[in-house]
Amino acid sequence: MVRCWRSKRASERMTLCVLMRTGFRTHETIWGRRRPYDRFSNMNESPSAIGTALSMIATLDADLFEIVLLSLQVSLGAVAIASIIALPLGALIALQRFPGRRAVVILLNAMMGLPPVVVGLMVYVLLSRAGPLGSMGLLFTPTAMVIAQSIIVLPIIAALSRQTIADLHEEYGEYLRSLGCTPMQSIATLLWDGRFRLLTAIMAGFGRAIAEVGAVIIVGGNIQHSTRVMTTTIALETSKGNLALALGLGVMLLTLALGINAAALVISDTARRRYG
Amino acid sequence: MADGAPHTEAREYEQRDSIAKHPLLPLVARGVDFGINGQRIIDDVSFWIGSSGRTVILGPNGAGKSVMLRLCHGLLKPTRGEIRWGDMSVADAREQQAMTSQKPVLLRRTVNDNLLHVLRVKGVPLGERQALVDAALEQAGLTDLGGRHARDLSGGQQQRLAIARAFVLKPKVLLLDEPTANLDPAAVRGVEELIGAIGAAGTKILMTTHDIAQAKRLAADVMFLNQGRLLEHAPAMEFFSSPKDPVAARFLAGELPA
Ligand SMILES: Nc1ncnc2c1ncn2[C@@H]1O[C@H](COP(=O)(O)OP(=O)(O)OP(=O)(O)O)[C@@H](O)[C@H]1O
Ligand SMILES: [Mg+2]
Repeated sequence: MVRCWRSKRASERMTLCVLMRTGFRTHETIWGRRRPYDRFSNMNESPSAIGTALSMIATLDADLFEIVLLSLQVSLGAVAIASIIALPLGALIALQRFPGRRAVVILLNAMMGLPPVVVGLMVYVLLSRAGPLGSMGLLFTPTAMVIAQSIIVLPIIAALSRQTIADLHEEYGEYLRSLGCTPMQSIATLLWDGRFRLLTAIMAGFGRAIAEVGAVIIVGGNIQHSTRVMTTTIALETSKGNLALALGLGVMLLTLALGINAAALVISDTARRRYG
Repeated sequence: MADGAPHTEAREYEQRDSIAKHPLLPLVARGVDFGINGQRIIDDVSFWIGSSGRTVILGPNGAGKSVMLRLCHGLLKPTRGEIRWGDMSVADAREQQAMTSQKPVLLRRTVNDNLLHVLRVKGVPLGERQALVDAALEQAGLTDLGGRHARDLSGGQQQRLAIARAFVLKPKVLLLDEPTANLDPAAVRGVEELIGAIGAAGTKILMTTHDIAQAKRLAADVMFLNQGRLLEHAPAMEFFSSPKDPVAARFLAGELPA
């Protein structure tokens, strides 16, 4: 299928429908390389799977940590890129009056719920050989996964930071205007003073990215030692019946996700008590 | 000229004398109206302030004092009429002014950093900043509190910081909105002393208060505002000894809610 996809005929005029089918078959092919009937033979091991999972974590199993590391790299990279764009964007929308601003705010909030699978599909179309950015050869690389997750996370960080900045500007606006601040100076002041609440917005984005599976599996392809992250590996290993690795990763993912949310709450709480 | 705001030739002459020293005076308002949603908040206010002494806008709650101050500072635009500082528009004059709000707006930073923020925005060279900060802290009696978080200060300390921050670059005009609202007598004295010192150094002070005693202590001239109308504008001595406006007289007698 991959070969077929690369053929000239296929790359000429692709309809979305064909793209989708080809895309999914591509993944089947990749997944297919791993023995698909494992799931039955391993079924009876499940009682001891939790023990194996915990010992994998305890012994710093190389495969497991490679996957965790890539997950962190991809999601942190995505959050970093999204933040660089989303924070000033949120601030700008909060401060600047322009026609259609309300519509933009509504759209931004609505986009917090972008289905990751659809984002994955769109990035797939863009990066596939026939797509506009196909020549860059990014499909099925961690970079593609970073791009997809950035798109998912950007509206979340932008919408939350817009709200934070708008609230803060309500309070600071008169002072900043009295002082004669330029828009850039105002934005810098508001971003800095809202930093703790903005940090929780960023963490919300990270929580979403690290737990997301739909987009990374489409654009990453879940290729061993290359684009396997926690969520995609859990999906694959569970379907294969390799519960030990899946559970080990599940524990790690759960710990990370809960830890991030708990930390976000503690930070925003402490900051609010401390800085009002 | 607003009704009840007479100024004799002699007084105008004396006031003109001080204009030479002050580039932003006289402050002149001509037929200023301000309304929100059809509600008239400032109603046909005109005045002429030439002296560089402290001018106090006095009036009961809801009289429109805060709105008047914002109009003078250019944070609000009159719906009708015009305000000018010397030969400058309100917007141009604002660069040489500073204002404090009725509820002080302090940044979520330390006391030091609140002062530094102004200096950074105004482009003061890095090397000169700390000396200005230290001088401002000293003047406001906050020297030991530089490292404290601004929001951990007491109400009076917060007001002093807000005023010190407004004055850190020695603006030509300082607009203070109820600088001592909600403070205890000792804190009021602290803030008033600070205002006195700043006024004595040649900065024009335009402030609001609903506190008659405070107006008596601080004002060179008083503008009495009620329900958006300027009912009387007179030198403080004249105003307090023999108010010409009957509503002002009732207010001074404590018969209007302050
Ligand atoms: N943004 C606004 N929207 C609607 N009405 C307003 C607004 N700002 C002020 N007002 C109204 O204008 C009137 C004057 O308000 P202002 O704050 O100037 O009073 P004040 O004299 O400063 O009173 P106080 O002594 O309580 O501070 C009030 O009736 C108030 O309700
Ligand atoms: Mg007021």
